[in-house]
Amino acid sequence: MQLTVWTYEGPPHVGAMRVATGMKGLHYVLHAPQGDTYADLLFTMIERRKQRPPVTYTTFQARDLGADTAEIFKTACKEAVDRFDPQAIIVGASCTAELIQDDPGGLAKTLDLSVPVIPLELPSYQKKENWGAAETFFQLVRGLAGGRTPEPKPEGAPKSCNILGPTALGFRHRDDVTEITRLLGALGVAVNVVAPMGATPHDLTRLPNADFNVVLYPEIAGTAAQWLKRTYRQPVVETVPMGVNATREFVREVAAIAGTDPEPVIAEADERFSWYSRSIDSNYLTGKRVFIFGDATHAIAAARVAQHELGFKVCGLGTYSREFARDVRAAAKDYGVEALITDDHLEVEDAIVAAQPELVLGTQMERHIAKRLRIGCAVISAPVHVQDFPARYSPFMGFEGANVMFDSFVHPLVMGLEEHLLGMFREDFEFNDGAQASHLAALHAGANHETIATPEARTAPDDKTQDVVANEGMAASFGSLSWTSDAEQELRKIPFFVRGKARRNTELFATEKGVNPITIETLYDAKAHFGR
Amino acid sequence: MNRHVPPHVAAAEARSSGEGGLGCTDVVPIKERGQHEVFCGLTSIIWLHRKVQDAFFLIVGSRTCAHLMQSAAGVMIFAEPRFGTAIIDDRDLSGMADMYEELDKVVDRLIARRPDIRMLVLVGSCPSEVIKLDLGRAAQKLNARMAPDVRVLSYSGSGIETTFTQGEDNFLHALVEATPKAAPDAPRQLLVAGCLADVVEDQFARIFEALGIGNVHFLPARAAGDLPPVGTNTIVLMVQPYLTETAKLLTRRGADVLIAPFPLGEEGTTAWLKAAADAFGVPADRFDAITMAGRERAAKAVSLYRERLDGKRVFFFPDSQMEPSLARFLSREAGAEIIEVGTPYLNKAHMAPDLALLPGSVRLAEGQHVDKQIDRCRADDPDLIICGMGLGNPFEAEGRTTKWSIEFAFTPIQGYEQAGDLAELFARPIGRRDLLQVEV
Repeated sequence: MQLTVWTYEGPPHVGAMRVATGMKGLHYVLHAPQGDTYADLLFTMIERRKQRPPVTYTTFQARDLGADTAEIFKTACKEAVDRFDPQAIIVGASCTAELIQDDPGGLAKTLDLSVPVIPLELPSYQKKENWGAAETFFQLVRGLAGGRTPEPKPEGAPKSCNILGPTALGFRHRDDVTEITRLLGALGVAVNVVAPMGATPHDLTRLPNADFNVVLYPEIAGTAAQWLKRTYRQPVVETVPMGVNATREFVREVAAIAGTDPEPVIAEADERFSWYSRSIDSNYLTGKRVFIFGDATHAIAAARVAQHELGFKVCGLGTYSREFARDVRAAAKDYGVEALITDDHLEVEDAIVAAQPELVLGTQMERHIAKRLRIGCAVISAPVHVQDFPARYSPFMGFEGANVMFDSFVHPLVMGLEEHLLGMFREDFEFNDGAQASHLAALHAGANHETIATPEARTAPDDKTQDVVANEGMAASFGSLSWTSDAEQELRKIPFFVRGKARRNTELFATEKGVNPITIETLYDAKAHFGR
Repeated sequence: MNRHVPPHVAAAEARSSGEGGLGCTDVVPIKERGQHEVFCGLTSIIWLHRKVQDAFFLIVGSRTCAHLMQSAAGVMIFAEPRFGTAIIDDRDLSGMADMYEELDKVVDRLIARRPDIRMLVLVGSCPSEVIKLDLGRAAQKLNARMAPDVRVLSYSGSGIETTFTQGEDNFLHALVEATPKAAPDAPRQLLVAGCLADVVEDQFARIFEALGIGNVHFLPARAAGDLPPVGTNTIVLMVQPYLTETAKLLTRRGADVLIAPFPLGEEGTTAWLKAAADAFGVPADRFDAITMAGRERAAKAVSLYRERLDGKRVFFFPDSQMEPSLARFLSREAGAEIIEVGTPYLNKAHMAPDLALLPGSVRLAEGQHVDKQIDRCRADDPDLIICGMGLGNPFEAEGRTTKWSIEFAFTPIQGYEQAGDLAELFARPIGRRDLLQVEV
């Protein structure tokens, strides 16, 4: 039993819903009690979908238990097939139905339905959302694409691939698919099927016709792609095209399989990231400490972009995807940090405080943590929020994805010259830690305000407060140390957005050297010791 | 249960019902079962944990429960909320771990983290009910260890037994169970039952005081422990229509539960206050003098939206059990035509005065088969659909106009000063529809 206040992932049947809702012509009959229908609003409200998710819930009640819950399931199943006329259905149980052991798969088989039935076994008390999505997609692929003979291709036909992994409610999946489809097109590679997103069950039967598979989201499509590789000898493009270099590697990897020339595509890429990063105004980005947390794929990719393509310093890297912990540990080792593998957001908060980053790249939860600590933040991963479905085209993958990442990672920071001016004229009466940033004048400074966010409040533009960059919130945990008043005065002259770090470093230094109280000398000794 | 019908309500009933009938009273509701597109009782914790400021609600359930709470509560939590979930895992289920010991450990961690908690509420869920985890017993054992510093209660908010607001009903039932019985000669007191926004509670408290009803308590109180002994001295005025179990228990305790229209809109608020005033023998002229200003303000505020709502055809999907009262307000004070009133559960006794004020043409529906209800709604083609968040956007995409029902549970709408806000909630989507020059 684990105490949980907030979770990064929902239960596995929500993963199954993400697959079913992303697809067309598939229906999910879910044995579940009243209340589990809450999951519909994730799709209709957060993603603003225009259709209800293709899910029928049985809604059994206490009085049905032991009596006729199986019959309720059968009725719901029949009605769903009649009403929605799907090409195939998936059937399964939510956490409560798992306990009553009605065997939805077996029950559905007895109905002699006119469409294929794919039963799902998603152990709710062990597994979570991404695993549920992966398992569902794998069962669908195995059930619908199994036992097929790939259609022969006409001589000279272009190579084709499947794009695997995008689902409903995914972080920027919609635009990633557009971007990568475009990129593959530039390479002369045809897209056979994109799945789950946009695919019908019938489309899944055509998966074996492709020459190879591109896996955009290994958390969701890794299992299915490995099965396709074993069964149909379809090679898998393993590189996830996130960031400039990863995208180039992806292009070369695809080109090698497809037998085309990658270099014109790379040379002609509409990519501004590299130049912007080399541009002298970006010098101030050097060594900015960045803390990264998200699903494994996005966290690893963001770390590479941050450290090697922007010149940041990765000071923390972690994931909630336990299934991919090994990959994240390996990446973290390269940056000289210890990977944080946890699904407890309080642990993540502690790690962020300890790491003293200047920028946080994370999920919506890390965005809230960063806001409380008054550190800049950009969201790079699910779990998602209504703001992660921007109206504009905003992929994270491919060359345009790199452009988007440049903006997203850099804009939350204080700009270079502004930073210097702050350092020189720190006593400016209009711009100091006591004065609110001008664009925030209308907002009350309630970084910690707690509210029952009605759905409407979700759309509130609270992102603006992340421009507030002071991080005094991270101050002092070395309670027994004291500061002389001169030293306190001197500390206050340090720009507010690095003051927390200066305080912390000085106290760390003082503790190590056994100095107490801290004087102006200690402050500058510590500065010399740690450097910038 | 006694039914006190204030005289002017009886008159209104007679007016609305035309040929001597009682409005909607005798309409036989469509009773449906099938997919319910409603929240379970856990969801009421979203307001309960804000209302009772020293309580912590610990759901004993699954990852689904935790995910429901964060999704329904607006997806993100701004600060640490006073609710959480003890997630049952396969070690608990396989018997490798003793679940009661595991729960003890979770509680110890929680109390260490939140020493400000004075009341811990263990909330049962679908999984905990199905595996017959006895949270009552767990609460007793914890109480023996932690009282009086922390009082421990339990109730079920499971979806197999409760919808949405029934969770509050079960919580209030547990609170009443934990209160001592009042002495037979204790002074008379008014107990206003049902969660209200603090601002509304304060308004009502001022009105009761002005009416000379001095001894007034609210259930739940803002501090967990502030509940008076309850017994034959207690007059109960329900402010929410979903308190079936709480009212039963209070009646068993000897309390006198008043039946009145619920305090939505000018008419409802007046009738509701009048029920209490009559029970406490407040003279009619004093009642009129005290309520006149509020009544006038409420009527004026509602009138600002009347033009937008007048003659509009409205369809209610089930959500909070407040639907009949909301429909009554919309029909009588805003001139709307009510097509269907869906409600997860219809307590005909508590709802009698509101039903009597609804036209006999209204279709009532209890329970839900969401697909059939959607078909009815499309066939009716109403001007405004009141529905949950899972249905709203899909209806909008069909070109229909909707209002989220959850806002009626999350917004202060009771009483004179909120009557205009209530009308505005209904009028907003219609006004927005007129305003926007974009089509889907």
